[in-house]
Formats: sequence, C-alpha cells, structure tokens
Amino acid sequence: MEPRAIFSGRLLPYLLILPQLAVSLIFFYWPAVQALQQSFLVQDAFGLSTEFVWFENYVTLLQTPEYYHAIGVTFVFSALVAFFSLTLGLLLATMANRNIRGVQIYRTFLIIPYAVAPAVASVLFIFMFQPGLGMIARALQRNGVDWNPVLNGTHAMILVVIVAVWNQISYNFLFFLAGLQAIPKSVIEAAAIDGAKPMRRFWTIVFPLLSPTTFFLIIVNITYVFFNTLGIIDTATGGGPNGATQTLVYKVFQDGKVGTDLGGSAAQSVILMVIVVALTAFQFRYVEKKVHY
Amino acid sequence: MVEHRRFGNLLPHLILLAGVAIVAFPVYLAVIASTHDNTVIANGQMPLYPGTHGLETYWNTIVSGTGRTTRAPVGGMMLNSLIMAIGIALGKIAISIISAYAIVFFSFPFRMAAFWTIFITLMLPVEVRIFPTYKITSDLSMLDSYAGLILPLIASATATLLFRQFFMTVPKELVEASKIDGAGPVRFFFDTLLPLSVTNIAALFVILFIYGWNQYLWPLLITTRDDMQTIVIGIKKIIDVHDALTEWQVAMATAVLAMLPPVAVVVLMQRLFVKGLIETEK
Amino acid sequence: MANVTLRDVRKTYPGGFEAIKGIGLEVGDGQFCVLVGPSGCGKSTLLRMVAGLETITGGEIDIGGRIVNQVEPAERDIAMVFQNYALYPHMSVYNNMAYGLRNRGMAKPEIDTRVQEAARILEIGPMLERKPGQLSGGQRQRVAMGRAIVRQPKVFLFDEPLSNLDAKLRIAMRVEIRKLQRRLGTTSIYVTHDQLEAMTLADILVVMNGGQVEQIGNPLHIYQKPATTFVASFIGAPPMNLMPLASDEIASQLEGVGGEAGILGIRPEDFLISSEAVPGGIALELTVEAIERVGAETFIYGARQHDKGGIAARPGELPPGEVIVRIPGAVAPAIGERIRAIAPREKLHLFSADGRKRIEL
Repeated sequence: MEPRAIFSGRLLPYLLILPQLAVSLIFFYWPAVQALQQSFLVQDAFGLSTEFVWFENYVTLLQTPEYYHAIGVTFVFSALVAFFSLTLGLLLATMANRNIRGVQIYRTFLIIPYAVAPAVASVLFIFMFQPGLGMIARALQRNGVDWNPVLNGTHAMILVVIVAVWNQISYNFLFFLAGLQAIPKSVIEAAAIDGAKPMRRFWTIVFPLLSPTTFFLIIVNITYVFFNTLGIIDTATGGGPNGATQTLVYKVFQDGKVGTDLGGSAAQSVILMVIVVALTAFQFRYVEKKVHY
Repeated sequence: MVEHRRFGNLLPHLILLAGVAIVAFPVYLAVIASTHDNTVIANGQMPLYPGTHGLETYWNTIVSGTGRTTRAPVGGMMLNSLIMAIGIALGKIAISIISAYAIVFFSFPFRMAAFWTIFITLMLPVEVRIFPTYKITSDLSMLDSYAGLILPLIASATATLLFRQFFMTVPKELVEASKIDGAGPVRFFFDTLLPLSVTNIAALFVILFIYGWNQYLWPLLITTRDDMQTIVIGIKKIIDVHDALTEWQVAMATAVLAMLPPVAVVVLMQRLFVKGLIETEK
Repeated sequence: MANVTLRDVRKTYPGGFEAIKGIGLEVGDGQFCVLVGPSGCGKSTLLRMVAGLETITGGEIDIGGRIVNQVEPAERDIAMVFQNYALYPHMSVYNNMAYGLRNRGMAKPEIDTRVQEAARILEIGPMLERKPGQLSGGQRQRVAMGRAIVRQPKVFLFDEPLSNLDAKLRIAMRVEIRKLQRRLGTTSIYVTHDQLEAMTLADILVVMNGGQVEQIGNPLHIYQKPATTFVASFIGAPPMNLMPLASDEIASQLEGVGGEAGILGIRPEDFLISSEAVPGGIALELTVEAIERVGAETFIYGARQHDKGGIAARPGELPPGEVIVRIPGAVAPAIGERIRAIAPREKLHLFSADGRKRIEL
C-alpha cells in the first residue's frame, strides 16, 4: 500500500495515530496480555499467592464436562440460527428482488430488527413466550404443549434461537438482496431461454452465484451467536436451566462473576480469542476474494 | 418476462407481508402492552388493540421508574444511553479518521506496524477480554463514569479500515494541488478531505450509534450505580422473570423507549444505513 | 418451417411510453434479418419481444406458424446471443453449452456429441474445461454462439453480439457469423447499430427509428433507393449529402418536377469533379474546406457557394452548406481551392420537405 502523496512532518503523524494506539494498547492489548498471562497461573484459595502452571488450566478446562457442554450449546445455537436466519433472509430477499411495487416499504420494515438491541429483542419475545400471560405461550398451552423455558432446556434453547434469528434477519436480508442484485439480469434471461424454469434457475444459477455472500453471512451469523448473544441469554434464560443455554462466552461471563478461578476464566478467554482470530481470518479471505457489490 | 408464474405477482407480496408481520408483530405487541394496565396483562387478558393507560405508563416510566425493581427513572437511563451512544460513535469516528489520515497520507517509521496494531483489535471484541479490561478500567477509576462507558470501546478497526479505503480513492492530484496552494496537512484535512468524507462519516455514524446504544455486556459490568445505568441494561432489572411481580406495562414501555432512537435513526436514514453496513463489511 | 412473422406488433410501457408502434415483418425460413437503427429506436426491444423476454401489448408474433405471444421463452425453441454474452460464470465452457440440453432432458451421450460438434465448428475445443472468466472477449463470444447452436433451435436471435469486441475482431467475427448461419440454415434475427454490419450481414434489412420501421428490403436496394431521408443518411458512410431546396430552386434545377419544396440527396461517391455540362443533373460550386485521405480514396469537404438556410441538422446529416465529395485515389485539390462537382440525374435522390417520402425522378 503506497502512501498517496507524502506530507512532511515528523511529529504530526504520530500525534494523529496516538489516540487510537493509546486506546488500543490500554484497553485492548494490555487486557489481552493479562488474560494470556493469567491463563498460565493458578491462585490459591485465598488469592494470596499465584503459581505458574504452564498449560494446566487449559488441560483442566478441556477435561471439564461443563466446558464441553458449553461448546455443544454454542455449536447447536450457531447452527440453528445460521440455518433459519439465512433461509428466511434469502427467501425474503428473493421476493424483494422481483420488480414489484412497494419494495422500499417492505425493506423499511425488514431492517427494523437490526436496530433493536439483542437484550431488548429478548424482552419482546420473553413477553410473548412468558408462561401464563404471553400470547404465544398461552396458544401453545391451549394446544397441549407444556411450554416452560424456565424448566425445560430445549424450550429455553428454542426461545433464544427465535430471538437471535429475528435479530439477524435484517442483516442477512440486506446482504442477500445486494448479492442478488449483483447477478446480471442477462444471465438469468439466458437461463430462461435455455429452458430452465424458475426453481431450476434458482438452484443451478442464482444460488451458486450467491455462494460468496452465503459463506460470508454464515461466518457473520456464527460470530453473532458467539459474541453478541450475551444480552439475549442474560435476560431470557440466565444460561439455564442447568446450562442449557450457556454458550462459551456466557460461561466466561458467569465464571468470571463468581471469581474463584481466575486462571480458568482467563484460559477460556484465550481460547475464545483464538476462535475469533480464526473466524476473522476466514472472513477476510473470503471477502477479499469474491464478494463485490 | 412472459412467464406463467403461479399467482402472478401475488406470491412475492404474500411472502414479504408475512416477513413484515414476523418482524413487526413483537414490536407491535410491546407498544400495545405499554398502553394497558398490568393486571390485565398478567391475567393473560391483554387484547390486540391499544388500551387507555399509555400516557400514564410512559410518564411514570420516564419520570419515576417502577419503584420496585429499579429505583432509577427510565428517562435518566435514556440520557445515559444517549451520551454513551453519541460518545462512542463520535469517538470512534474521530480517532479512526485521523489514524487513517496518518496511515494513508504520511510516510513515517512504523507506519505499517501501527496499521497492523489497529487492525488486530478487530480480533479482540470486548467479550473476549471482559474481566482484564474491567480490572484496568477499575484501576483507572473509570467505573460508573461516562468515560468508562465510552473509552474502552472506541478503538475501532472497522472505521479505520473504511476511512483508509476511502482515502485511497482520493486522487493524488488533489493533494498536490493543495500543496501548491500552500496548504499544509492540517488545512488539507479540514478544507478538502473532511468535506469529501461527509457521506462516509454519516453512514458510519448511523452504524456506530446503533452499536453504542445497544451495548449490553460492558455497561452491565462497569456500572453499579442506578443512575449510571443505560436503558438497555435497565430493562433486565425490570423484567426479572423469577419475580412474579414484574410490572409488564412498564417493562414494555421501557422496551419501546429503548428501541425508539435506534429504529428511528435506521428508518429515517435508511440509505446511509445500508451504505454504512455494506461498506464496513468489505 | 421456421419463419418468423410479426403482425402489427406494439409495445407500450405502463407509464404510457410507446416503444414499438405497430411493426409488421416477414422473415422467411433460413433468412438472415437485420434490425438496424440508432440507440433507442426499439430494435433490441423488438428482438426481446420475439424472445419472450418482454411482453407484447398488441399484435402477434408468429414463429414457425405458431403464435407465441403467451409462450414462455423456454418453449419458443429459440436461442439468443447476448451483447455481453451472459455466460454462466460458475460453469465450464462445456457446461455452459450443455446446460440448455440438460434442462430438456437430453441423454448424456447425445449432449456430448452436440457440444463436441459445436466446439469443433467454432474452434473452442481446447477451452471446454475452462471457465468464462479465463477467456478473452472473442472466445467468450464464440462460447455464447456455441451455446446457441447446440440447441438447434428454429430461430437464432443476436443482440449486438459484436459491440464489445475491438474493430479488427469485429470484422473477422462478422464473416464467421454469416458463414456459420449459411451453413446451418437457421432463420436469424440480428440487432445492431452499426450500418456496415447491417449491410454486410443481411438478407433482409429493417431500418428502424423511434419504434417504427423506416424501410424494409434488400440491403443494396435500400442503399440505392432509400425511402426517407433518415434511411438515406443512416445507411452509407460518409452519409448522403442532403440539401433542402425551396420550391423555386427545385423547379429551376430539376426539370420535370412539381413545384414544391423538397430535399435533394446525393451520395459522396456519386459526384464527379469536372467542368462539363450535365443536362438534367446538378452542378455545385464548392470551396474546399478540408480533405481526408484514407489511402484508396479521398473525401473532400466543401462549402457550397450561395448558402441556403435550412433544416436543423439531424444525426448523420451534414450542416447545411457543407457537401462531402468522394474521389478515388489520393490526388486532391488544395484547401481553399474552388471546385465544381457534378452529379447526373440518375444519381439524384429527391425527398419531400419533411423527409418522409421518396419522390421518383
């Protein structure tokens, strides 16, 4: 990357980058280093002395059933949200891509969920699914389903998945729409002349050409579930019942609040850092290569 | 095309309407609930049309809070959210634009190192460094303060990347003409670059405002005083689901108030919002 | 039989804009029909209506004896070559060509035979496994044609397929397309804005303007006897000289013609530089203003003495007062020199004052 045209000035550039570097170093890097450091330490019961134990914290972690459970929860949560939110987003985008009137109005409505905070979205759905007074909860009861997300782990998971899917619809919709609009109309026409009916056109031409966008969105949705659903879980289920909705990040949050095992908590954070790096690296490789609007 | 689509143009409309219904229904319900009395709601008798208690509920919510589950009026919480959101948005924009400016238009030792340092912060969202960051904020005595709410979140690789990308499209000739006209780097920045960047700044502002307003984890951790709470975390206290005495109408009114500013921003500035969304993901 | 017939075809857009204003056309089996005209004249719209990519507001389109107004593109047994080729970017060249056949449920071995044969004809055999992104413009164009010919359709439709190629390639491909079409004998409709392409390719030439047909016929016939001033100036380059004349000028210059105002047309190549008398014809005094030598011939731009005011210039028409004369070879008069250009009566074209009618001399 070549600088555009060089301004002289020894001091100025450093002054310009100073604020961002300062914030980055103080609030991003230093904590990260601390977490890394702490993950190699173990404190005694009174917090008086610490001992350097290499990877012992990690090993312990990987032998804890709760940790694997959290991995499973996060995995299932991501898969469900990615599948449903992407499918809905794609369906809505393909419909919005036809030249129909009023597309702007539909789009205006469909972007609303993005603006709603995950925690607030959670509250909206808690209200609808609250056993006893929620509209949907009562409808379920009337139809014989013993709906109770407080006691039933599966119900709890369903609830948070629904909230997350709702929250992410806008994002998927907008990006799929952009991806669809980037496909030249003449290619679709050529396929029509080539004897492909609408459904066949969709699966053999549109969907393959949409794959960079799809990959990109899968990663984004996974990242969202990993890191942005804490508000949902905290308000709706508190990670329960019995860890049924405890994702990896939520576990760090809960374990850290209790505060007894700083080393373990730090180790969890470091593992999450590695996951972020992997996801981001993946995303940049794909975005760089094929996606262009 | 001359094509026999079943139901003609009806299908897209049906599906899109269904989509809008799914999207709008929870919001609609919240608005309705905020206008009814709590006993009606708690008995599961709430109708689908608005009730008559709206004004009263909103007034109580904003001005005096519920008295039971939270002692802070929601009006104050909204103010905190506003300050935080605007602070984060402006803060991110300000420090990113000058960083990008330095990286693109200057040549200095460690330039690339600086760039990578900023870039890598992308991989360190707050959720990954929760407690160490908390400790540092605490050590700096920034707990329960606006500075603590805002500063730790304002290093932003995305904004810097966006500005950098944009600056790289600025023709070299513009800078050279500026130099010939006797403008130094500071004049160039304010007179030429900034006006050119206005649309990008506006688009970014929309995205970052929403990001800031909707923050949950960080404000939750570092605010203990009720009067420093933001509305997004204040809601949680109101609807503690294990407490059967939840005042639902207040909770829903709070939810509506919590949604109002970001939704308004997104809807009114739709074009900028979509542009910002797509630009920041490139 | 795969002829294409258009009867009073119309298209009006929802906003009220009439893009096609009642066009009738008959293309016989195996004939090559070219639709030519300036941008916006409706030629592409008409082609797309034949393809089924645009709806028809009125009239009938008949392919091989069947009225296809309501028939989907896939059912019309046509193939189309698009201006930007519209190849499937994610499929190999082989699959691009096989796609249409697979959609119709053809057996694999037969698909392979057809694709290989088409590849052989178009000389794209070595590229069958590549993707369109790896090919040059000319190669992509041939793949687009290959995709069309494997279908063995009743009609080929071409939408300005050569516009995106460089000049040399365009000329080479033009010849290829014509040879191919003759060999296959498939009825073809071809759209272009390039009058040279139109002249060289067409069996039937259709000159269009503003959603209407200006003239239909054999290219040479259209060249020699244009029906309107639009056709006269559109076909042939450099364009025909068009000189508006008042009624008395017509009466004095041309014997035997009625006394109304009109437009006189003479092609640059029909002039001769000479001081001889030319009974029944036209003689012009010109002052040479510019000279263009292209090697085999020279174009002289001259200003007419006794300037006549007149019609505002239309695209392709000369500003009033300026005349282009073509002479063979490279020997030309100097700039500023006065020359006398003559044209015999049989080379003159006369049109009504509004340019819409041809008057026989």
